[in-house]
Amino acid sequence: MSWQTIDRNVSPYAAGSEPVLSEGVREKIRSFFPRYDTKRAVLLPALHMVQDALGHVPYKAMAEIAEVLEIHPSDVLDTLTFYTHFWTHPKGEKVVMACRSISCELTGGREVLDAIKSHLGIGEHETTADGKYSLVTEECLAGCDHGPCMLINEKLHKCVKAADVPKLLDDAKNDRIEVPRSDLFDAPERSNSNQPS
Amino acid sequence: MPNYEPVLLRNVGVENARSIDVYRSRGGYRSAEKALKQMSPDDVIDEVKKANLRGRGGAGFPAGVKWTFLPKDRKRTLLCVNADESEPPTFCNRVLMEEDPHQLIEGTIIAGYTTRAQIAYIYLRVEFHEQFHILQKAVDEAYAAGLLGKNILGSDYSLEIYLHRGAGAYVCGEETGLIESIEGKRGWPRIKPPFPAIEGLFRQPTVVNNVETLANLPHIIERGADWFLSIGPPGSSGPKLFCISGPVNRPGCYEGPMTITCEELIMSDEYGQGMRGSVPVKAVFPGGTSMGVLKGDELGMKMDFDDPRNYGLLGLGTAAAVVVNAETDIRLVLRNLARFYALESCGQCTQCREGTSWMYRIAQRIENGAGRVEDLDLLEEVAGRMGMMPGLSICGLPDGATFPVRGVVQKFRAELEERIRNQDPGKVEAVLAVLN
Ligand SMILES: Cc1cc2nc3c(=O)[nH]c(=O)nc-3n(C[C@H](O)[C@H](O)[C@H](O)COP(=O)(O)O)c2cc1C
Ligand code: SF4
Ligand code: FES
Repeated sequence: MSWQTIDRNVSPYAAGSEPVLSEGVREKIRSFFPRYDTKRAVLLPALHMVQDALGHVPYKAMAEIAEVLEIHPSDVLDTLTFYTHFWTHPKGEKVVMACRSISCELTGGREVLDAIKSHLGIGEHETTADGKYSLVTEECLAGCDHGPCMLINEKLHKCVKAADVPKLLDDAKNDRIEVPRSDLFDAPERSNSNQPS
Repeated sequence: MPNYEPVLLRNVGVENARSIDVYRSRGGYRSAEKALKQMSPDDVIDEVKKANLRGRGGAGFPAGVKWTFLPKDRKRTLLCVNADESEPPTFCNRVLMEEDPHQLIEGTIIAGYTTRAQIAYIYLRVEFHEQFHILQKAVDEAYAAGLLGKNILGSDYSLEIYLHRGAGAYVCGEETGLIESIEGKRGWPRIKPPFPAIEGLFRQPTVVNNVETLANLPHIIERGADWFLSIGPPGSSGPKLFCISGPVNRPGCYEGPMTITCEELIMSDEYGQGMRGSVPVKAVFPGGTSMGVLKGDELGMKMDFDDPRNYGLLGLGTAAAVVVNAETDIRLVLRNLARFYALESCGQCTQCREGTSWMYRIAQRIENGAGRVEDLDLLEEVAGRMGMMPGLSICGLPDGATFPVRGVVQKFRAELEERIRNQDPGKVEAVLAVLN
């Protein structure tokens, strides 16, 4: 996104403790090296995998990514904080990303956002107490023909009606997508749920 | 358009169109084979130049000409496919990727061969999740069929395609912001020159092309430049995708020649099918929001590369129109757009960072009922001082920010003044206390 600050509360740095990146993640990050001229160019793919593995990217993970890519930890922090997609503190299991841009606002996006807020009882960039949902708004998701729209993790929900929001959010399968997934940017241990304790 | 036969969307609705077998059964990859086996890179450049294929990413620069800027004695070339598509309300690249991913891959092979690129990075905005999975599967299929990798189709040409996922930043669609982002940095656009053709990704000669631009290539190779030139008006040749969204009856992505007008796009049965509830049109942003705005009585504008300038717009942009109906408060539109640019400015250039932020603050104040008539002059003044391309800003974002804001203020001044006059003076203090 931009130079403006979003919530960048960062989990405290746990110096000296066990590494947070598994050997599997490190290996997968290294497997991207042949794709690019520099190791630093693997930073975005690495951040995607680490966020997938840990749910967010704590300081310690930034330092460990820096080690694998042979760059400075501040390079990782600098890049990471530019992009809204990466979280520096724990987020919910599912992230609801509601579009706030023009076509969606003109077709009822604000009412949908209000319905999400009231159903989940949280505001933007907040997480529900049970850790199930985080809520963010984002600019145009390129789904304007289906406005108002929102993503729940990978799934784009189209032409959402405010009245349907509670049912939609209570549906356990609301983040399932219909096309076969590629695991290229996933953490290798994705299937055995590797959330940090 | 009666009798218009879709080209770019010709596989939409065909069962299993995403699979390589179906794509091939409908003539797919024959153009890549023809280019690689029967044409030299210069032959392809000549044909594309002759067709005058203008870039579909927003700037309209002829693709064939852009390729000739690459140094003749270069050792390497890198190709970047711009699939960042973040300009509201644009979604035609999304449709191309999810409906017909192999068409994009074939276009990429042809562009790669022509520019002698060894690697093509497809830069996808991260919010394209399903599109990423669809495209990656198609890339895997193309590798398995010998259409990517070493010695494609038995020729001497080799190409790797890697998908690179972004992480949420509009400015990464700007070609040098995109390059920085691939390099693992914040997506800050670079000062030009050097232009990417000379020194781009990893300091190598680099070409950045939009998804729709590349999707045209197989058809130009197959049917030739003369066919391409026969579609649309001079200067705006070839098939074009148009997006229409907002409160219309049938929002969507449609294909046609660039002879259609904005009115047809909204009203015609083949496109938008008119306004929902038959509410009249108040305003249209016809080329993506960054190009500026048309009033309801300016809908005769042709959706081509040249006519938008006659209406005070920056250009055709992405040819994605959003319609505002007569029931909508124009102050909401002003605030929504001003916010977009304020939040998406990357912050490197002072006048862009500060200007977009001030426009947003002023727009918020107007929307919330604490505006002053002077604020409209102030918006125009701020806008007039920050759109300084070429040269004084690092990238084109401030132009994209000022055209819609200034356009709304100038073309809807009467409504804005009236709404300001009708504000409740007793509420102003309270509004300002919240905003400041
Ligand atoms: C702020 C900004 C955002 C842009 N976003 C995109 C984008 O999302 N997709 C795109 O193709 N071009 C985008 N462009 C235009 C690119 O810089 C570039 O001109 C284009 O990708 C070139 O491709 P083409 O010649 O095939 O059109 C953007 C430009 C600016 C200034
Ligand atoms: S003009 Fe704006 S968006 Fe572009 S580089 Fe400068 S600050 Fe960033
Ligand atoms: S405006 Fe919401 S997806 Fe484009």
